[in-house]
Amino acid sequence: MKRSRRLAATAASALVVVALAACAPPQKGNKGDETKSGVKVGEATSVADFGGMDGLVEAAKKDGELNVIALPPDWANYGNIIKAFGDKYGIKVNSAQPDAASQDEINAANQQKGKSTAPDVFDLGQSVALANTALFAPYKVSTFDAIPAQFKDPNGTWVNDYGGYMSIGYDSANVPAIMAVNDLLKPEYRGKVALNGDPTQAGAAFSGVMMVALSQGGSPDNIAPGVEFFKKLKEAGNFLPVDPTPATIESGQTPVVIDWDYLNAAETKKLPTWRVVVPLGPAVAGYYFQAINKGAPHPAAARLWEEFLYSDEGQNLFLAGGARPVRAEEMLTAGTLDKTAYDALPKVAGPPVIVSVEQNAAATKYLADNWAKAIG
Amino acid sequence: MRRVSTSGRILRVVLVVLFGLFFLFPLYAMADFSTRNLLRGGRTLQAWKNLVQDDALYAAIVISLLLAVFTVVLMLVILVPTMIWVRLRAPWARGMVEFLCLLSLTIPALVIVVGLRNVYLWVTYFLGESALTLTFIYVVLVLPFAYRALDGAVSAIDLRTLSEAARSLGAGWATTILRVVVPNIWSGILSAAFISIAVVLGEYTIASLSGYQTLQVQIVAIGKRDGPTSVAASLATLLFGFVLLLVLSLVTRGRRRGTLEAAVPTPAPAAQPGG
Amino acid sequence: MSTAGKGLGRRLREGLPLLPFLAFIVIFLLIPTVTVIFGSVYADGAFSLARIAALFSETPLAALWKSVLLSGSTAILGAVLGAILAWLIVSSPRTSIFRRAVISLCSVLAQFGGVALAFAFLATIGLNGVLTLWVQQHFGLNLAGSGWLYGLGGLILVYTYFQIPLMVIVFVPALEGLREQWREAAVSLGASTWQYWRQVAFPLLTPAFLGATLLLFANAFAAYATAAALVSQGSPIVPLLIRSALTSEVVLGQAGFAYALALEMIVVVAAVMIAYSALVRRTARWLQ
Repeated sequence: MKRSRRLAATAASALVVVALAACAPPQKGNKGDETKSGVKVGEATSVADFGGMDGLVEAAKKDGELNVIALPPDWANYGNIIKAFGDKYGIKVNSAQPDAASQDEINAANQQKGKSTAPDVFDLGQSVALANTALFAPYKVSTFDAIPAQFKDPNGTWVNDYGGYMSIGYDSANVPAIMAVNDLLKPEYRGKVALNGDPTQAGAAFSGVMMVALSQGGSPDNIAPGVEFFKKLKEAGNFLPVDPTPATIESGQTPVVIDWDYLNAAETKKLPTWRVVVPLGPAVAGYYFQAINKGAPHPAAARLWEEFLYSDEGQNLFLAGGARPVRAEEMLTAGTLDKTAYDALPKVAGPPVIVSVEQNAAATKYLADNWAKAIG
Repeated sequence: MRRVSTSGRILRVVLVVLFGLFFLFPLYAMADFSTRNLLRGGRTLQAWKNLVQDDALYAAIVISLLLAVFTVVLMLVILVPTMIWVRLRAPWARGMVEFLCLLSLTIPALVIVVGLRNVYLWVTYFLGESALTLTFIYVVLVLPFAYRALDGAVSAIDLRTLSEAARSLGAGWATTILRVVVPNIWSGILSAAFISIAVVLGEYTIASLSGYQTLQVQIVAIGKRDGPTSVAASLATLLFGFVLLLVLSLVTRGRRRGTLEAAVPTPAPAAQPGG
Repeated sequence: MSTAGKGLGRRLREGLPLLPFLAFIVIFLLIPTVTVIFGSVYADGAFSLARIAALFSETPLAALWKSVLLSGSTAILGAVLGAILAWLIVSSPRTSIFRRAVISLCSVLAQFGGVALAFAFLATIGLNGVLTLWVQQHFGLNLAGSGWLYGLGGLILVYTYFQIPLMVIVFVPALEGLREQWREAAVSLGASTWQYWRQVAFPLLTPAFLGATLLLFANAFAAYATAAALVSQGSPIVPLLIRSALTSEVVLGQAGFAYALALEMIVVVAAVMIAYSALVRRTARWLQ
């Protein structure tokens, strides 16, 4: 008798708790600021809605701050980009969670909805970007037309900002030079080869396995040879499951790292003996996706940030970080590209390969089923 | 005065040395790496200088220290009277209280943050967006450790006799708790406070996912710049916490066991309530 | 009927002062927990036990087993070693600097974890670690060799690093509760040191010891930042599985599964708690 009463009480209280959990407090008044042309700032789709660049700068300065997320300072030179933006417009940039992954950015936008700390802009990997377009506010930057069609959404919901090729970075002081992926199986690399993350979780690691697959005769539709190679690597004792960070690289614990070329290039600035090589054959290219949060607490500053990133200055700053800016070809013909930095990028011999969304989904499924078994 | 045999003393020294090596060696390895000059070989203090030159760090330190103080106070105010009451008047609630206190440890912070969203929307609605609102969730995080430390201390004293003696002498509940019980469980309170401070200073996930700038969040941000600086930052937090707690323990040195304990003869263990 | 009513009234009166504690817990712990559990069965507008069923497939079960093994072994290891260290501390004078320093150090190290701890161990016995190089120079052995540091053995070693200090912190108050008078009484009755420990001190300390071990178990069970840094491949333990479900940028839409895993964790710890209270009741029986 007592037991059933206790059960009933527990169930009732659980229901009450759930009901309480569901209700949310009244929303504080929305930022209904309007521009001169009568368009709400949060819905402006181009610089014209602000009456020109000056109008946008003025509105952004009124916002005063910008929230960015998941932008480590040495990732494609974001440290300097943030500083340049802040100095140029006098806007304070709050850089949150530099070690976050793409999904973390979306989670943060949901978690902090309505707060002044919510992210204003996103820089996302392919899968996460294309799965969350409902969260983005469309905006076409001034240089929108100069960007090739395959790198943007026609409405400006998302635009690629920079990209790179998958590469192998290694410490030339500790290991012999690497030319091709098959070199990694040699005994000199015992316990030394690390991948940047788990390919079932991180886009960079996924592309790393794809690069290896391509070198072993696979294709974007067939990632199995890549998984096979890593299995062989593990059996040879060469594979290191540690997560490579600047600390592990600089202390010699991860002497060989498979990662994007601009990330490996950033290491060379800190550790002079670090070399970067894009293996011969088809090279896996990956671009990142830039978008504005629909619920951005600083909508004008967000749009100014995008204008800055896609301006000549912003694109050259990406280039200085070893990444390939999306407007590279157009700027090369126009002569506004930083030629020295462009020539310093790692040489890519083969044709670039970009993995489509469908190929990504199929390969992911294969990895989800087979990766842990191959590696574990 | 207990006689300590020579073999006992040697054993103690050997054990202390072994533990010392185990705990201090990794810290030494961190210090070694953080002072390495990667470009030219040799030693450099550049990584440590980077820490001191960061302005945002000071604001973050102040916030974290305030959070630690608020958390400890709120935790003690909520937990100590509750535990005393459960022992004295509501022993049937003991299992429930223990389970609830342990519950927060079983759920990873990553998951609890999602569930906290609506709750914290209300909290910020009433109390604003200051990082100090993290106090509430930090108290919840700290409960498992604090409960265990306090429970050990409370079990060791004869709470019933002490409180009945105090109340029969005319003391109200507040006086009983503050002036009779607390001095007797002081060791447990200090332990609970210390571990709470360490938890608050070391907590990263919830603060970072909710967008607050606490010490750990700032350190991770600094640490993203380069390897030696990130390691120097971690080591600095450890040293900072260590020095802080050492100073606190020296400052609270004056506390002795309450005189009541000497006056009330402690009964033989057989009469103690179980558990 | 009247006696039941009186019992309920008395219960309410006894429970009333517990209200602040309960209110606090309900708002800041139970509501989030229930929200999460609810999210595991109700998503996209439909009730579904599919995610709970997914808990019993190969990978989650293997992860659960490894988690339990890791937590259990580090809990016992940490409890035993920590109790020894706690005893060492308590047997020094109350106001000695050694005691204060060790307790402060333990408080700080008990919360030390994540990337920093993983790095500290890598820097010590990893590939290029300080100790590895020293041993290699002097003894010719390769400590890092087979990469054991990145497997279960390595995780156990690294977890023990914060389990022992945690044990010290929560066990020292219990040790300090052992009165000198009891020891003197035992000695005056003719007991040897060993007999005192075995028949007086150990039984008194057992509930606190078991409680602390339980805490260590739950602590290791939910810890993931350290494992994430050391073993970034595959998700061998449950918290890592949760993290990959919530933040994977390759396999999306797994939040519900993460919540189901969280529910599983709660159930496991609840089960261990029940075992613990049964154990305590048996060992403390003679005290009642």
